[in-house]
Amino acid sequence: MDILNALVTFLNFVFIPAAAYGAQLALGALGVTLIYGILRFSNFAHGDTMAFGTAITIIATWGLQSLGISLGPIPVALLALPIGIAGCALTVLATDRVVYRFYRRKKSDPIILVMASVGVMFIMNGLTRILIGVDEIRFADGARFVIDVRGFREWTGLQEGLALRTTQLITVVVAVLVVWALFRFLNKTKSGKAMRAYSDNEDLALLSGIDPERVVRLTWIIAAGLMTIAGVLYGLDKAFKPFNYFQILLPIFAAAIVGGLGSPIGAIAGGFIVAFSEVAITYPWKKVVEYLGFDTGNSLLQLMSTEYKFAVSFVILIIVLLFRPTGLFRGKSV
Amino acid sequence: MATSRQAETSSRWRAPILVAVLVALFVLEGTTRNALFTGSWNTSLAILNMGLISAVMALGLNMQWGYAGLFNSGVVGFVALGGLAPVLISVAPVDGAFGAGGMRMIAALIVGFGTLALSAMTWQRSPRKWRVPAIIAVLIVGFAAYRWLFDPAVDAIEANQAAQFGNLGGLGLPVLLSWPVGALFAAAAAWGVGKVALGLRSDYLAIATLGIGEIIVAVLKNEEWLARGVKNVTSIPRPVPYEIALQQDPAFIERAQSWGIPVAEASGIWVKLCYAGLFGVVLLLLILLAELSLKSPWGRMMRSIRDNETAAEAMGKNVTGRHLQIFVIGCAVMGLAGAMMITHDGLMAPTQYNPLRYTFVIWVMVIVGGSGNNWGAALGGILIWFLWVKAESWGPQLIGLLTSPLPAGALKAHLLDSSPHMRFIAMGLILLLVLRFSPRGLVPEK
Repeated sequence: MDILNALVTFLNFVFIPAAAYGAQLALGALGVTLIYGILRFSNFAHGDTMAFGTAITIIATWGLQSLGISLGPIPVALLALPIGIAGCALTVLATDRVVYRFYRRKKSDPIILVMASVGVMFIMNGLTRILIGVDEIRFADGARFVIDVRGFREWTGLQEGLALRTTQLITVVVAVLVVWALFRFLNKTKSGKAMRAYSDNEDLALLSGIDPERVVRLTWIIAAGLMTIAGVLYGLDKAFKPFNYFQILLPIFAAAIVGGLGSPIGAIAGGFIVAFSEVAITYPWKKVVEYLGFDTGNSLLQLMSTEYKFAVSFVILIIVLLFRPTGLFRGKSV
Repeated sequence: MATSRQAETSSRWRAPILVAVLVALFVLEGTTRNALFTGSWNTSLAILNMGLISAVMALGLNMQWGYAGLFNSGVVGFVALGGLAPVLISVAPVDGAFGAGGMRMIAALIVGFGTLALSAMTWQRSPRKWRVPAIIAVLIVGFAAYRWLFDPAVDAIEANQAAQFGNLGGLGLPVLLSWPVGALFAAAAAWGVGKVALGLRSDYLAIATLGIGEIIVAVLKNEEWLARGVKNVTSIPRPVPYEIALQQDPAFIERAQSWGIPVAEASGIWVKLCYAGLFGVVLLLLILLAELSLKSPWGRMMRSIRDNETAAEAMGKNVTGRHLQIFVIGCAVMGLAGAMMITHDGLMAPTQYNPLRYTFVIWVMVIVGGSGNNWGAALGGILIWFLWVKAESWGPQLIGLLTSPLPAGALKAHLLDSSPHMRFIAMGLILLLVLRFSPRGLVPEK
């Protein structure tokens, strides 16, 4: 029985939150890695663009809610998602046209593109603030729990409860669907193959008649979709606060680099590695260990306090940079 | 950043013109009262003082980006770390804090950093087969010892006069001494980051510094034993007189009356002028040193490395070593600016360290001013700071003007409400426009 209690505590406080968070990070890191693979720069505006796409989705959600639309247990935000993606895609296509295309044509140093993305970050940040403000917004409606603590306890008779929030389940399901669709697109369709070819070897791709501007446009649209979905899932799961979206940039970059910049499968692995380490290192293990029959005394068995969760992504980043700079899945080097 | 003869001839008057524009802006701010300016010398000088500090930050960043092409996106962290120095150096000691857990804390920090150093040594020295287990053993033992020392020390220090202090307290030394110490703090952190992230591709440094910036700010917010975290440390001593003291000083009252300015206003202006003098001296001294070093063989080597790393390496220059050097120096300057800022504010409030404001606005300063040119970075710092402050009041006025034809309603109210956020869009636009149309900045590199 105690082993089961330990297992339930572990699932409840470590596995489920980390899996949901990992799925969000993986989607974010996929966007970073795609942009890096095709456009060859680290997009510092990623977090703020996520916030922007989410802001549009939230406004659309409010609109749908005011029309009296409801999806029962599922948040209305999912219905508003296509509007958010479209708005975000149009915006990033416009920024590409106005900002990035110039440097791409000039074949500027990647670091100049990074700098330009800082300018875009400021503008996205300002737009989000003007659109929706800086306060915390909760926009998840529908059923709160799929499994709630009390029901689980009564059902199993265990001491420990298990909660599975609707948003967590939705996060994982949506992420799996998106990743499946993305990989299908990249591996099976002609456009997807063109993107991969362009990412592998630009000159060779040009030689075989691939239109670079089309590849770039496709990349931005897919990236906008990934960013908005990741942002909305993150906002549904926690709450929407624009500054948090700036801060999530670090774990997302860490995930993309751990997996190997430019490698989609690596981005997914990286997202889960970062999320699970973050949760495991900041969780006080006392309860789990006590259920397993060890006496822990006064210690909480918490390796680091939650405020330092960014330190975890940073340390993972440093370890990878030191020992395997191209990442686990051998992304682009240099 | 290739130089051409034409660019050189056109740039000679740029710096003096920019100086003239800045002087005009500050004089207007000080003298005329209208929709754009406040007409108060106190406000004008307050902007100038923070502008001078921003100029020092921009100078530090310019050394890294302008001389060496290093992308540091953790400026906020190094500024914050420098700001720790006035708290630890100049604030009066807290009774009993050091006795409670000071020695234990020092031991904990020694063990902590010792563990890191030891694991680095283990990695280099031990035979290949044993590397991984050895390093893991060192880290586990070191971490356990560190926590065993650290946790009780924190509890003891935070329990000591918890309501009023609960921190380690300072040494009670003169506050000016804390400025170089702040530089040292930032330099030490920079050495650690640089050692790891330099020598890899350029955006890795950007991402690693982004992380270290977040972590330093998180440490300052959460480690209450160090500088009271979010409870803030006030009462940081000043290097200049207090307004209250001046207002009660008969000699000063007399002087103020002879100038025909109310005493309260005069005292504020006088204090701010003192600060401006102090900061101005530091800034000019730094520019002088930076200019001298840029003209020396070392400066030429730095620029040659920036312009062509491979060629410089072929000439036998240690590129990574030089990069580390300039990265540490630049961060030291940022730390110095951070210490100056906390001295000026008289308050250490870690919540103010927002990366947009303290990292990316500094970037805008350098790019707009002219990367690679010290005068450009410094003047760009003052100019952008002025615009950043004024954008807060100009934004709503601009929106008010633009929305005046709109009927009163929810949309107009919303636009007016959110108009202070216009400054972010303005900063982004300025950065993008300069980057696109004048990538060498207002005062280009010679």
